[in-house]
Amino acid sequence: MTLRRKLEEKFFRVLTALVALLVVFVLAHILYTIISKGASSLSWEILSQEPKGGFYMGGGGGIVNAIAGSFYLAIGASILAFIVSLPVALFINIYLIRYRRLLIGVRFFLDVLWGIPSIVYGAFAFTIMIFFGLRNSLGAGIVTVGALIAPIMIRAMDEVLKTIPIGLQEASYSLGSTKTETAYKIFFKQALPGFATAVLLAFGRGIGDAASVLFTAGYTDHVPRNLSDPTATLPLSIFFQLGSPIEEVQNRAYAAAIVLTFIVLCISITARVLYRKK
Amino acid sequence: MSIKTTIPVISKEAAHFQVVPGEVPVLNIRNLNVRSKNAQILKNINLVVPKNKITVLLGPSGCGKTTLLKCMNRLTDLYSELKLDGSIEIDGEDILSGKYDITQIRQKMGLVMQRPFPLPMSIYDNIAYGLKIKGIRKKSIISEKVEKHLREVALWDEVKDRLKTSAQRLSIGQQQRLCLARGLAVEPEIILADEPTSALDPISSRVIEEEFLKLKADYTIILVTHILRQAKRLADFVVFMYYGEIVEYGPASEIFENPKTDILKEYLRVGH
Ligand SMILES: Nc1ncnc2c1ncn2[C@@H]1O[C@H](COP(=O)(O)OP(=O)(O)OP(=O)(O)O)[C@@H](O)[C@H]1O
Ligand SMILES: [Mg+2]
Repeated sequence: MTLRRKLEEKFFRVLTALVALLVVFVLAHILYTIISKGASSLSWEILSQEPKGGFYMGGGGGIVNAIAGSFYLAIGASILAFIVSLPVALFINIYLIRYRRLLIGVRFFLDVLWGIPSIVYGAFAFTIMIFFGLRNSLGAGIVTVGALIAPIMIRAMDEVLKTIPIGLQEASYSLGSTKTETAYKIFFKQALPGFATAVLLAFGRGIGDAASVLFTAGYTDHVPRNLSDPTATLPLSIFFQLGSPIEEVQNRAYAAAIVLTFIVLCISITARVLYRKK
Repeated sequence: MSIKTTIPVISKEAAHFQVVPGEVPVLNIRNLNVRSKNAQILKNINLVVPKNKITVLLGPSGCGKTTLLKCMNRLTDLYSELKLDGSIEIDGEDILSGKYDITQIRQKMGLVMQRPFPLPMSIYDNIAYGLKIKGIRKKSIISEKVEKHLREVALWDEVKDRLKTSAQRLSIGQQQRLCLARGLAVEPEIILADEPTSALDPISSRVIEEEFLKLKADYTIILVTHILRQAKRLADFVVFMYYGEIVEYGPASEIFENPKTDILKEYLRVGH
């Protein structure tokens, strides 16, 4: 019996270690590939300039249009998603908490939304834009990516709110708080560190997505000046440059990939740290 | 006494739960039943709580004391699985009827819970919160009350230099006193205290007990405790519960010196 348990313990420890190693290996390999191909093309010029004439044929300039565009888009989308997600997540946990079955349904529905491929969001938004005769724009991209990441944000917030003990809710009510006060004064404060993580997670998902912005935000060589301008994004910048037969341009795609990966890694790590601190 | 006639007799069994002559009833619970999906947690509770007295709820763990307190300020609303019927009247209003503003009911019935849950804010704000909800805005009044109530629960000296730090960092005993102060700050008519000294050392417990005896002048107190000696020190009236029922009810002296049921005799003998 003890021998069996020992073997069992050993087996699972080795298995866990192997899987962990595999994951680390894959990540390391991806990083190695993009860095070895892209690092030589990384320069101040590429980070700070808009593409010049013939950029996609190997001409001068950089990808600041895509870097700035991605940030504008992801920040805009995160703000928009936050404005929608906060009340929804609080509503679920304050008002729906009494209705078990409905609650399960709503959470399931959000998980389904989470699972819908981003190209579907993009295509859906595109048909709406055609209907209203709208052009590709930063604004349209923000709305689409916002819709894409809102379910993620809501569910991440929901998970945080779920951990709040019922006793805290009772404490709030027994002082005479209304539901709204309980939501925005007590739950919100208690969940704030977790909310930061939720927002960053959604931001990371938004900034890396190509399919949802393909038809909606468009692509341009210029940093957008307002919401109605089309905008470039890093994923699409990588996509267009990788499609080039010219090796130099391909390497620039990897440089853009380094930038994107770096941003996403930073955000994930910050999210983790914030979550731990909680 | 005219009061006696205002309380209708519910049933024969309930008759001895009626108000004692000379006492003013503030809370009148009639035929209260609480059911969960597969059990009846409270069974036909009839209880009249006299004003400006300490009524102690005694009974073994799991007999429904906390549930009874939660009914009194309708925290049971939070649990969809609990079904209530009967009535709980305060100032002649049935709070279970759903006609009244629930937040005001809860401010009348300040519940101090069995386990302390400080709000996610500073020590100061934990007390100020209830005041602000009641519409008190003036900073000087709030500060004054914060100090007053923290002193009442013997916490002031320990925290006066860190009022702005998070209340969730306090020790459990400190949290318990903070939550009591927070409940008092709302100035309810009735204080529902669920084992308010369970995490406290003997000296702090005594301070709280003294406080309850003082508070009696202005408030009606319903207290749950597992400490028999504490019950003897504080109780004017005692309710003894067993498996969701009120088994005995009466003035403290009668209950302690002259228990009628075997189960209460046993409880008092072992608990001594
Ligand atoms: N929401 C609920 N759903 C189902 N059963 C419940 C619920 N709340 C309480 N109960 C049950 O009701 C009974 C009484 O619980 P309660 O907390 O009122 O006991 P108590 O007298 O306060 O005990 P203790 O002295 O241990 O605090 C217990 O059996 C408990 O499991
Ligand atoms: Mg209890």
